[in-house]
Amino acid sequence: MSAEIRTSDGELLSVKLRKVERRRRTTAFLLAAPLLFFIVFAYVIPIFQMLGRSIDNVQMNEFLSETHEVMQTWDGTEMPGEDVTSTFFYELKGLVEEKNHGKIATRLNYEKGGFTSLIKKTARKLKDFDQNGNFLDQFIDVHKKWGDIEYWLALKRGTDAYHFRKYLTTFDYEQKFDGSIERIPEKKRINVTLWLRTIFVAAGVTFCCFLLAYPISHLLSVLPTRYSNLLMICVLLPFWTSLLVRTSSWMVLLQKQGVLNDTLVSLGIVADEGRLELMYNMTGTFIAMTQILLPFMVLPLYSVMKTIPPSLMRAATSMGATPFLAFRKIYFPLTYAGISAGSILVFVLSIGYYITPALVGGAKGTLISNRIAYHMQQSLDWSLATAMAAVLLVAVLIVYWLYNKIVGIDNMRLG
Amino acid sequence: MDKVALPKYTETRYRVWHYSYIIICIAVFFFLIAPLFVIIPLSFNAEQYIHFSDGMLALQPEAFSLRWYEDMVYGTKNPWGIAARNSIYYAFFATIGATVLGTVAALGLSSRYMPYKQLIMSILISPMIIPLIISGSAIFFSLAKLGLAATFPGIVIAHIILGTPFVVITVTATLSGFDDSITRAASSLGSTPTNTFFKITLPLITPGIISGALFAFVTSFDEIVVILFVAGGDRNLTTIPLQMWTGLREQLSPTIMAVATCLIVLSTLILIVTELLRRRSERIRGISAQ
Repeated sequence: MSAEIRTSDGELLSVKLRKVERRRRTTAFLLAAPLLFFIVFAYVIPIFQMLGRSIDNVQMNEFLSETHEVMQTWDGTEMPGEDVTSTFFYELKGLVEEKNHGKIATRLNYEKGGFTSLIKKTARKLKDFDQNGNFLDQFIDVHKKWGDIEYWLALKRGTDAYHFRKYLTTFDYEQKFDGSIERIPEKKRINVTLWLRTIFVAAGVTFCCFLLAYPISHLLSVLPTRYSNLLMICVLLPFWTSLLVRTSSWMVLLQKQGVLNDTLVSLGIVADEGRLELMYNMTGTFIAMTQILLPFMVLPLYSVMKTIPPSLMRAATSMGATPFLAFRKIYFPLTYAGISAGSILVFVLSIGYYITPALVGGAKGTLISNRIAYHMQQSLDWSLATAMAAVLLVAVLIVYWLYNKIVGIDNMRLG
Repeated sequence: MDKVALPKYTETRYRVWHYSYIIICIAVFFFLIAPLFVIIPLSFNAEQYIHFSDGMLALQPEAFSLRWYEDMVYGTKNPWGIAARNSIYYAFFATIGATVLGTVAALGLSSRYMPYKQLIMSILISPMIIPLIISGSAIFFSLAKLGLAATFPGIVIAHIILGTPFVVITVTATLSGFDDSITRAASSLGSTPTNTFFKITLPLITPGIISGALFAFVTSFDEIVVILFVAGGDRNLTTIPLQMWTGLREQLSPTIMAVATCLIVLSTLILIVTELLRRRSERIRGISAQ
């Protein structure tokens, strides 16, 4: 039986301590709460809502709700019966009156090419329909595509409230109308190439940054402070400079009539007509991204190297290790923390890079972010754009999780 | 350079290795900094082309001019004035918002008693990690729903979201080196918690807050991806990065080089301020600069 220790106001000490701790927990949480709620409501939830668009087809389902319901009993092996075609006729008529048929045309066109013109032409002719006649025959009279069962199958599939087909498109697969999943024709495949290119560029840029950052971080960590502070400017000035300024400086350098080519020509290394194609391809994207992201590798490496006492290397060599062996066995393993921190940071930043590839990369050097932007702003296929964004987000979150595991989010340092 | 000098007895192969190491380092530093300095002379070009003319290489004074700076300030075609004003406005308000929210959150997060610390920290840092193209479109859709897309407050909200992670990180880092016994000493001497915070804690973490605020300012001032979505092509909402982006997509003009030079000067100033802050912070905490 433990003694009951009481505080001066007569409460049990253990109870009082728990109370104090609870109050401190509440205070701490209340301090973080405003930002937490702001970020959750203004950022995290909107991201999930946006990603919901990749499977969301509710609007289509509502526009053609009756057709969709009648079609559930149609097995799709032969042309749809009059129940389906008549329901579709009346619903389409309603949509044309509300001027909403353009929206369904765009959506259905993603399911099967040719739907845009099909719906538009049909919409113009709807008033000529004889409401007592055979609707299917009249549809086929308006446009022979209605005689193709695949358009009716696309209509059935395209009015489902939710679908996952955009995720197949993201990896260049498609679902046929019989339900089988196949790769799309070779000429149309682009997304897998972009994913592979993005991963390749991100990994390559990370590796190059590591190769370039390692020696200079080491030099910065061993130099006396007054020299290293001066050299640190070379790392920090680009770090603080606008991304667009740095990208434009690479455009100036890498252009066909640019500074680098001019120099090579005037030095006689390259003939005037044989100027190097350094921009609007992968080379440009790669070089520019490496330089732009290099500070993100140098800073964590430097902060780790700074803590390694030089006596360790001296001890190793004094016991007979060659400098290379001492480096491999002693120094290098001690820098793992910095290497992983820097690599993960650079990888995560480069996998979502948008601006530099768009300006320097041309058609051959764009990455997955550029494709997402294209679908967001130009093709307006938001379902596909958000499906791609979801896949990219999962990839980034896996790397972020790794960073948390290996480095710890609390150890993130800037500048 | 005494620390990197080699002792006399060093073998030749290590000597060779050592000098190649120095040369590699110089090359990397050159690779980092040289691209920035290419822009500066080109902005003083008297010609309309983006390359070093023969006159410039021969350092003839007539090959240089300030005409692109004049074009930047007075040029009617280029709304750099509106862009600069907007950029500063957005960055100013976004910095205030991000710094206040971020600092308060960092105070909570640095407490030993903070519940779910890892999870909450991960959520607060996420705008920095998630690709901007995803952030940009998500923020755009949510602002559009509220009718705030392509408005001044909408852009400021977007920039606050992007700026807070930097404030949280820098202020938490400052607080992690904070000695709790100082505040305990203050309260044992009769100071109220509020008084302790304003008289003791705040002055000590001010360098961290200012450096976080600088990050937030620069993040907003340089931000391009999110504003591409949120500004919605409204010319009155344009910013310097947005104008540069438009300009760079059309044609590389010497005026852009002049703007870029101004931005390089600005980043140099920021670099100096951060360096002074770092020294001050080290001095306050009694860590002498070696």
